[in-house]
Amino acid sequence: MTAPAIRLSDLRKNFGATEIIRGVDLEIRQGERHAIIGPNGAGKSTLFNLVTGRLAPTEGRIEFEGQDITAWPPYRIARLGLARSFQVTNIFPRLSVFENLRCAVLWPLRQGYAFWRMVDTPADVRERTHEVLGKIGLAARAQVPAGLLSYAEQRALEIGIAIAGGARVILLDEPTAGMNRGEAERAVALIREVSAGRTLVMVEHDMSVVFDLADRITVLVYGQVIASGPPAEIRADRAVKEAYLGEAAA
Amino acid sequence: MFDLIVLSVFNGLIYGLLLFMLSSGLTLIFSMMGVLNFAHASVYMAGAYFAYSLTPYLGFWGALIAAPFLAGLVGAAVERFGLRHVHGHGHVAELLFTFGLAYLIEEFVHLVWGRNPLDQRPPPLLDFPLFTFAGIDFPAFKVFMIVVALGMFVALWLILTRTRIGLIVQAALTHPHTVGNLGHDVPTVFTLVFATGSALAGLAGVMGGIHLVTNPGMAQALGPIVFVVIVVGGLGSLAGALIASILIGLLQTFAIAVDASLADFLRLFGLQVTRATPGWEVWSITLAQIGPMLPYLLLVLMLMLRPRGLLGSRDS
Amino acid sequence: MTAERRRALMPWGIFALVLVVLPHLPGFGSGYAVSLLSQMGIAVIFALSYNMLLGHTGLLSFGHAVYFGLGAFVAMHAVRWAAAGLWLPIPLVPLVGGLGGLFFAALLGWPSTRRAGTVFAMISLGIAEMVVALSYMIVSFFGGEEGINGDRTKAPSFLGFGFGPQIEVYYVIAAWCFASVAAMYAFTRTPVGRMCNAVRDNPERAEFVGYNPQVVRYVAFMAAGFFAGIAGGLNAINYEIVTAISVGAATSGAVLLMAFIGGVGHFVGPVLGAVAITYLQVSLSDFTHAWLLYFGLMFVLMVLFAPGGLAGLWFMHAPILRAGLGARLIGPYARAVGPALVLALGAIIAIEVNYRVSTRPDLGTAFEFAGIAFDASQPWVWLLAGSLAAAGFWGMRRGLGPAFERHASLMAEAKGGGAP
Repeated sequence: MTAPAIRLSDLRKNFGATEIIRGVDLEIRQGERHAIIGPNGAGKSTLFNLVTGRLAPTEGRIEFEGQDITAWPPYRIARLGLARSFQVTNIFPRLSVFENLRCAVLWPLRQGYAFWRMVDTPADVRERTHEVLGKIGLAARAQVPAGLLSYAEQRALEIGIAIAGGARVILLDEPTAGMNRGEAERAVALIREVSAGRTLVMVEHDMSVVFDLADRITVLVYGQVIASGPPAEIRADRAVKEAYLGEAAA
Repeated sequence: MFDLIVLSVFNGLIYGLLLFMLSSGLTLIFSMMGVLNFAHASVYMAGAYFAYSLTPYLGFWGALIAAPFLAGLVGAAVERFGLRHVHGHGHVAELLFTFGLAYLIEEFVHLVWGRNPLDQRPPPLLDFPLFTFAGIDFPAFKVFMIVVALGMFVALWLILTRTRIGLIVQAALTHPHTVGNLGHDVPTVFTLVFATGSALAGLAGVMGGIHLVTNPGMAQALGPIVFVVIVVGGLGSLAGALIASILIGLLQTFAIAVDASLADFLRLFGLQVTRATPGWEVWSITLAQIGPMLPYLLLVLMLMLRPRGLLGSRDS
Repeated sequence: MTAERRRALMPWGIFALVLVVLPHLPGFGSGYAVSLLSQMGIAVIFALSYNMLLGHTGLLSFGHAVYFGLGAFVAMHAVRWAAAGLWLPIPLVPLVGGLGGLFFAALLGWPSTRRAGTVFAMISLGIAEMVVALSYMIVSFFGGEEGINGDRTKAPSFLGFGFGPQIEVYYVIAAWCFASVAAMYAFTRTPVGRMCNAVRDNPERAEFVGYNPQVVRYVAFMAAGFFAGIAGGLNAINYEIVTAISVGAATSGAVLLMAFIGGVGHFVGPVLGAVAITYLQVSLSDFTHAWLLYFGLMFVLMVLFAPGGLAGLWFMHAPILRAGLGARLIGPYARAVGPALVLALGAIIAIEVNYRVSTRPDLGTAFEFAGIAFDASQPWVWLLAGSLAAAGFWGMRRGLGPAFERHASLMAEAKGGGAP
C-alpha cells in the first residue's frame, strides 16, 4: 500500500484569536478525484493555503506522499510535484499566454536557475508548452499578454499553469467560479482529461460539477470535517444535509 | 564629562525633534498612501527658503505661519496634479515621481535663491540664552524648537484621536483599502494629508533653516535619515516616529562626541592593536567617523529583521 | 542559415558595424567626439545593467552606482598592479571590474532581495549611503577625497597597442559594449531571465511553479552588479581616476534617469536613454547652467505623461508608421507640439534669466543668450517669458485632445488594416 497523496493530521490554523481550521484529519488517496465542499467561510481556501505552503499552520502535520512538508515554503512543496490554481486569478499579467505556461514547465523540466542556456533550446520545454496551450484551447491566443485575456480565458490559463508542470497532485480552487454554463462544462471536460492518472483535489461550489467529477467528497463546516466519503454516501448524510445541502437547496 | 553628556543630550534631542517634525508628516503620507515621498525633505528645504524670503516682509512670526502654509499649498498641488495621476501605475511609478520632484525642487531652489548658503538668525525675541546648566548656555530659540515639536506631537495626537477626520485617517492607516468602501472621499483625504504633511515639513524648515544653515544641500542632508526614522519607528505610528527620531538624534550626536575606535575598545581587554596589526585602517576608525553610517545600518538591519518597525501596526 | 535566423542576427551586425565605423564618420573623428562616444558606450552598459533590475525584475534601486563604483575602484587597483608589473593588459581590466561588481553584489544582494517594491528601494538607498560613508573612511582602498588614479599606458601592451590615444580606449569600450549588450540580451532569453519577468509580475505565483523569488532576484542582482562593474572598469581606464563620486547618489540617480527616460519596458530603451542623456549632459552643460533643472523637468514630465520612455513612444507610433499612415499624424501633432514649444521657450527664457540673476549676481543683469541680448532688470523680459508660456500652454491644451484622438484612430486603423 502506497502512502496517501496528502495526509493532514489534527491541522489547526488561527488568525489572531479566531480559529479558522479546527483540527482537520484528512487523507487524500493517490489517483482519486477529491472534492472539498462547504459553506462560505468554512476554511476551504485556508486549507489549500496550508497544504501548499502559502500559510503556516498553527498546529498539526501535513504529509505529501509520506513526507512531512509542514510549514515548508511554497516553492519547495511545488517542486515535490504538488501544483495548485487560485480562486482569484493569479497569473503573470505582462507575460504572454505562452510565457505564462512556459514558466510553469521550467522547473519540472529541470531548467532551474540556468543562465547559461537559452530558454528556447530545450525541445521538451517548447513541446510541453504547446501541448498545454492546445489542451486549454488558447493556442490562437498564445502571444497575447495574459492581462488582456477575457475572464474565462484567464480562468483557463489559471488551470493551465496548475497542470502544465505535470504535477502528480493538483489542487484546484474553485476552477469554474464565475463561468457560465458552457464555459463550466468545457472546464470540467478539461479537468477530467488532465486529471487522468493523477490525484486531484478541488474546492467547488457548483454541486453538479462536484457530483459529476468527484470520487470522494469531504464536507468542511466551520473548520472541521463533518463527513467524508463517496458521493452517494455524502448525498445521504443527514448532518451534511442540515449543515450544507439543505441550505443550498433552499 | 558631565557637561559633554548634557550638551550631547540637548543637541541630540533638538536634532531628533527636528527629525520628528519631518517624519510625522512623512509617516502619515507613507502609511496612508503607500507613497515613500522622496520630496518630503525638499519641501522642508522649501519651507526654510520661503521663510527667508518672507521674513523681511512679515517678520519671523508671520513667516512662521505663512511659510508652512505655502509649503502645504505646494504639497496639495503635488498630490492633486501629479501623484494622483501616477497612482494607478503602482508604487514604483510614485517613487520615481517623487524622486524626480525632489530633484526639481532642489534645482528650483538654485534657480531662485542661488547656490550659496543664506544666513538666517533667530528672531530678537528668542535670541538669548534662556538658562545656564552645567556651565552650558541653552539658547531660547532651541528651547522654542523643542516646545513647537512637542506641541505638534500633542496637536497631531489630538486630531488623530478626537476628530472625525482623524478617525478616518486612522482607519486608513491600518486598513488602507477599506476606507474607500465606507463612502469617504478618499482622494480628498489624501490631498489633505499630503498638504498637512507638507505644511509640517515646511514648519520644520522654518526652524531648521535657522538652527542649521539654509542651503541647497539641506534636503539631501536630512532626507535619507527621515526615511530611516519612519522605517525604524514603524508604519502608521506617530509615537513610533517620535521615539525613533529622538533615538536617532541621540545616536548621531553621541557617536560624533565619542572619539574612540575599535582598537581602543580592544585595548580595554588587553589586546594590543597597533599600526602593524593587519587591518589597522579598519580597527582605527573611530565611532565619530562611523556616526553618519549608523542610521543606515539601523535601517538595513530593521528592514531585514523587523520590517514593521518599533511600534508599527503592519509591514512596510 | 535560415531567413528567420538571419533576421534575428541582422540588428547585431548593424550594431557592431556602427560601433566600428562611428569614429571614422565625418564629424565624429575629433577628440571631443571620440571621448563623447566613449562615455556613451560606458553609459549604455551601465544603463542596461540597471534595467536588468528595474525593467526586467521590477526592482527599483537607488544605489546601483555602488556596484559601478566599487567595480571601478577594483579595476583602478588592477591598473596600478598592472603598471607595477602584473601581466594584465588593459582590455582585460573591465573584466576585473566586473568581477569586483559581482563580488559586492553577491555580498550585499542577498539581504537586499528578500522583498521587492519599496522595501528593496529603501535597502538599496541605505546600503548606498553606507558605502558612501565608508568610502571616505577607508583611504587605502578609496583614496579619500582625491580618489585613486593610475596610468593605463604603464600596463603591458596588448597586440602592440599601448592604449595611450583615446581612439584605442574607444575600441576597448566598443568591444566590451558589444559583448555586454549581447550578453545582457541573451540573459533575458535564459530560463532564469524569463523568471525575472515572472517574479516582477507576480512573485507569489512564481513560488507556486517552483521558483524561490528571492533566488531569482538575487541572480538578477548579481548579473546587474557584474555588468555595472564592467562599466565601472571601463570608466576607470577611460578617465584614469576614480573618486567617491562614482559610488554616490548622483551617479545612482543618473543611471535611473537614463534607463527611465530611454524606457524600461523595452530592451533597447536604456540604450536610447544612455546615448541621449550622455549627449545632453555634455552638450547642455556647456550651454546652460540650468541643465540639471531641464533634466529634472524632462524626467518628471516623462513619469507623468510617457512612462514608457523614448522606446515606449517609438513603439506607440511604429505600427502607424509601418502602415504608412504617419503623414496623417503631422497636422494634429503640429497643432499640439507647436504651442508646446512656445511654452517651452517661455519657460526657458524665464529659467535662464533667473539662473543668471540668482547664481551669478556678480556679472550684472545684462547678458546674451542664444544670440539675443537680455537685461534681467527690464520688465519686458519677464513679460515676454510669461506671455509666451501662457499662450503656449493655452494652445497646447487645445491641441492635445485632437492629437490623442488622431493617434488612437490611426492606431486602430493600422492594427485593423495591417493584418495580411
